[in-house]
Amino acid sequence: MIKLEKIHKSYAVGKNKLHVLKGVDLHIKEGEMISIMGSSGSGKSTMLNVLGLLDIHDEGNYYLDGMPITKMSEAKAAELRNHTLGFVFQSFNLISFKNAMENVALPLYYRGISRSKRNKLALEYLDKMGLKEWALHMPNELSGGQKQRVAIARALITDPKVIFADEPTGALDSKTTEEVMEVLKRINAEGKTVVIVTHEHDIGEMGDRMIILKDGVIEKIVDTNHK
Amino acid sequence: MLFDIDVWQEIFSTIRKNKLRTALTGFSVAVGIFMLVILLGASRGLKNGVESSFSNESSNSMTVSGWRTTKPYKGQNSGRDIEVDNQDFRMLGKRINQIAAIAGRTYIPGDESISYKTQFGSFRAQPVHAAYKELIKYNLLKGRMMNSEDEKERRKIAVIQDKVEKSLFKGENPIGKFIEINNTKFKVVGVFGKTSQNGNDNGTIYIPITVGEILYSTRGELVEIGFTLGNITLKDSKAIEDKVQSLLAKSHNFDPTDKSAIWIDNNIEESKEFVQTFGAIESGIWLIGIFTLILGVIGVFNIMLIVVKERTKEIGVRKALGATPRSIVGLILLESIFITAVSGYVGLFAGVSLLEIVTRFDLIQKMSPDVAMFFMNPQVDMGVAITATIVLVITGAIAGFIPARRASKIKPVDALRDE
Repeated sequence: MIKLEKIHKSYAVGKNKLHVLKGVDLHIKEGEMISIMGSSGSGKSTMLNVLGLLDIHDEGNYYLDGMPITKMSEAKAAELRNHTLGFVFQSFNLISFKNAMENVALPLYYRGISRSKRNKLALEYLDKMGLKEWALHMPNELSGGQKQRVAIARALITDPKVIFADEPTGALDSKTTEEVMEVLKRINAEGKTVVIVTHEHDIGEMGDRMIILKDGVIEKIVDTNHK
Repeated sequence: MLFDIDVWQEIFSTIRKNKLRTALTGFSVAVGIFMLVILLGASRGLKNGVESSFSNESSNSMTVSGWRTTKPYKGQNSGRDIEVDNQDFRMLGKRINQIAAIAGRTYIPGDESISYKTQFGSFRAQPVHAAYKELIKYNLLKGRMMNSEDEKERRKIAVIQDKVEKSLFKGENPIGKFIEINNTKFKVVGVFGKTSQNGNDNGTIYIPITVGEILYSTRGELVEIGFTLGNITLKDSKAIEDKVQSLLAKSHNFDPTDKSAIWIDNNIEESKEFVQTFGAIESGIWLIGIFTLILGVIGVFNIMLIVVKERTKEIGVRKALGATPRSIVGLILLESIFITAVSGYVGLFAGVSLLEIVTRFDLIQKMSPDVAMFFMNPQVDMGVAITATIVLVITGAIAGFIPARRASKIKPVDALRDE
């Protein structure tokens, strides 16, 4: 599903160049649940940005679902993100003035789907997350776990091939963390490729493989033998 | 995009979230447009008022009257009085080709006593040539004006102003009736309204100049000679002024460079100057109005920048979910246009309503009649209102464009960073 070959990425910091990714090779198979781990500064966020088409790599080859990713227009990247990828963020990033249903429906808006159709679909996905009765509530009326489940519903509604979760449990307590991880595992079980970026070891262990990043390179890959 | 209910919903929800800020921004634009409308209306009112008080005189006319020399010439001392007369009248008519109509006006020596039956009044009775009617923009109300037959036949007829009619006839129809001027009966043939000479006096009566000469034995001297010039440029009218000066200098034997010997009143110059002055005032007002508007627009620009800054994260999320840069630009741009258009329209409406109320209830007349004389029908025409509306939408777009561009350049990576 995802294939990285000698990926390099650096950022300009003032006059200096900060070399963050120094040749990463990785192959993620379809239906895998992968955790990317590493301490802060190891390059795991940058890697997620490159994988999620939020940023473009400088060197190397990136194949997403067999398609080579090269420098592309913003509009094209937006379309690809909308069709193939789903995002779950640490701070949920729900839009505060939209209710749960509208938040979930938003990706379909950018796909040009009619209002009634996308709201109907949004309700279905909220129902899957057990949040149907919360559909008309605003984000500030929801608990952290509920917000993250709304965010997951939003990531799923476009039926993407890959779900990227950036510290999905970072803002949650241990009980809700468990809930959210259950949801992510279920999604994975339904056939979606899931990539989780985390620095928590017990979260990382839930993946099929743990990719440990250090100083911009993969230090090791740990097979957790779940499958 | 424009008619997409979702886009509007997005815009309304942000506006609703920041009511006060939006209201203040809108207020500055509304005030800008309001001021522009009021200023333009006021300048129009001033123009109407002054124009109407000027408009009695033919704008293409010139009048010449005698004055006093200030330079000695060919053995004559300075300080000599110059009087224009019938000879000058005929000579100017002959020598200046551009003249369309020429007429003289003389006076009745001594006190005038004017009466109808038992009613007396003090009016200005002026013996004039029949062509004098070309020089004043009169408004004929009843009967007819004096004609060349009256002049040639020395008919004792009079044309009276409505004020005279009012005080002498008290509602009676004056046409065909006889009034007495210094014990001579004159038949009233016409009544007119406004003229160039309607000041604060009781009214004017015109009688044929030929009659006046015989009755009051004036020796052909004239108070003024006036003529109209057809369609003429300011430059040509200046040349005619010079020609009149030199012709009269020759016939009255004064220094041709002595500008005080005669008095030339060039209405062409006045009216052209008037038009120029008002052009300048109006463009000045546009300038002030537009700068006020620019201030308002800068306010919108500022607010939109803040809006974009505040919504950085939201815009980042939208982008991650598949929003194209274009849709982001559209979102910000439409919000900006919406704020300027709505508040501008409010300002426009308030301004036009105020002018309308002032005109409808004649408020200026009631508050200060002196001002009202120079201030008639302040209003903005539809063209100005439409221009202002178009300007608003464009400025709204300009104010929103840079912030929108900035918003579309937001990288989701930067926006979503969790610090």
